[in-house]
Amino acid sequence: MSQIPKTLRYSKTHEWVRKEDDHYTVGITDHAQNMLGDLVYIELPDIESHLESGQECAVVESVKAAADIYCPLAGEVIEINEAIIDNPQLINEDPYGQGWLFRIKPFENTNIELLTAAQYTQQVASEAH
Amino acid sequence: MPFIPHTEDDVKAMLAASHAATIEDLFAEIPKELREVDLSTIPSGISEMELSRLMHDRAKKNNSLSCFIGAGAYEHHIPGAVWDIATRGEWMTAYTPYQPEASQGSLQLMYEYQTMMASLMGLEVSNASLYDGASALAEAILMAMRLCQTKNTLTILLPQTIHPHYRAVVHAIVGQHDANIIEISYDKKTGRITLQNLAPLAENASILVIPQPNFFGILEEAEELTAWAKQKNIMVIGVVNPLAMALLKPPGEWGADIACGEGQPLGIPLSCGGPYYGFLCCQEKYIRQMPGRIVGRTVDTQGKKGFVLTLQAREQHIRRAKATSNICTNQGLMVTASTIFMSILGPQGLRKVAETSHQGALTLHQMLTQVPGVESVFTAPFFHEFVIRLPQSAESVLKKLAQKHIQGGFSLNSTYPELRECISVCVTETKTEQDMEMYVKDLRKILSC
Repeated sequence: MSQIPKTLRYSKTHEWVRKEDDHYTVGITDHAQNMLGDLVYIELPDIESHLESGQECAVVESVKAAADIYCPLAGEVIEINEAIIDNPQLINEDPYGQGWLFRIKPFENTNIELLTAAQYTQQVASEAH
Repeated sequence: MPFIPHTEDDVKAMLAASHAATIEDLFAEIPKELREVDLSTIPSGISEMELSRLMHDRAKKNNSLSCFIGAGAYEHHIPGAVWDIATRGEWMTAYTPYQPEASQGSLQLMYEYQTMMASLMGLEVSNASLYDGASALAEAILMAMRLCQTKNTLTILLPQTIHPHYRAVVHAIVGQHDANIIEISYDKKTGRITLQNLAPLAENASILVIPQPNFFGILEEAEELTAWAKQKNIMVIGVVNPLAMALLKPPGEWGADIACGEGQPLGIPLSCGGPYYGFLCCQEKYIRQMPGRIVGRTVDTQGKKGFVLTLQAREQHIRRAKATSNICTNQGLMVTASTIFMSILGPQGLRKVAETSHQGALTLHQMLTQVPGVESVFTAPFFHEFVIRLPQSAESVLKKLAQKHIQGGFSLNSTYPELRECISVCVTETKTEQDMEMYVKDLRKILSC
């Protein structure tokens, strides 16, 4: 069973989000990295790029699959995780820690609609059937 | 019973889903004249023995002409061993070797091919081949466009000294994308593109294609052009004759980003225009945007060396609509022959073929331009092909030469209206002094009539 920390919020497309001061950190869930297998390549958004909620903004690629990452909330990218570009395995090893993808600062009045850990757990369970 | 798995109900359901009344409607976009042929003129069947006799008689009517046409397809000597080895049962599939456990032989051959091609181009990586030279150029441009990573319309500088068919294919394929393709005219005296022609277009340009040698056989100033383009942050694609690279500086040494072209001169016979194959090489940092199959070397679970298709997530069976291209297989058999050709000749052998061809072209150029009325058209150095102007109709002279069993060259009238009565003439190592003397003697006779 993959980990789904209670302190985080989730998107239906398997991204996680953690609020930190005035911005949010985004990554992919343990469940997502499990499904993809060993990651070999990551494409991240440009710093300062403006993203809409649900917009394709990154690509993660494993030996057997490639998946688009959808931005979980609208905002401006303020930092990307350079470490995973050279070492994509960090996402497999530590998806909620060293394997984060990027940090985004929401636009003013951004409406953030995300799943709780319980809701996401339910979704993962329903997808398994 | 016909082997059609669909029931009538299936067919109805599929037609309804595609908003077509009949199966015929699905082909409506193909012009009628292309779909309908008159079969009434075709006689009824004959026995195998009769057919064999008929074909044998007709084959005798084929003239074996001494060929001086180049123009993108080149006659070279192919050692007998090449196709003898290439057509062994073990190689006889062009199908993509997805299963490394069943395809180590094919995979190793493609890996060797990639190594040879990358080294010939002076670049770091090669794919396992594409369809042909023209589509390889279109793929190279699409690849460069992806690397430019901009939402703006990209401007591509496409010299008119590139093969006219290649330019037509680029317009057909790249023209579907958000691109502004500008054709660059050449210097009428030297027969090559110049910085003066390019400079005014530098402002918005993102990609420059440099042919080497160009369609007239002329050597472009590839290094100078590349240096200029790099200063302006323009990506450079070299579209080259791979055999010529055994003698000339390859694209990697100019500083080009991508090299591509037609692989036919490396062991593939002239055969009604194909099948040939395209090649594509690039700097390693661009490999993720490269289209087509790539074979890599790895180790198995026991640590033994092995070969696999690598970086497959770029491709359409995984990436679907976002794949780097829709190239779905490679020209496996052609590449097999080419790899064997290159390994039999070796670097010295390839260089010797290129040198002999170049020397022959210099000799014939000198001989032909001494024929009264025949002029050399361009002044810049050439590889194994050159352009001359005839004092009479080029088509009619070529026809008269053909009657004397000589294919004298390629008439440029139709593709370059400014080059009236001009032909391009190619010499490879297959032509002896006697062949050339015969050509010149017959041309003198024809022109003096």
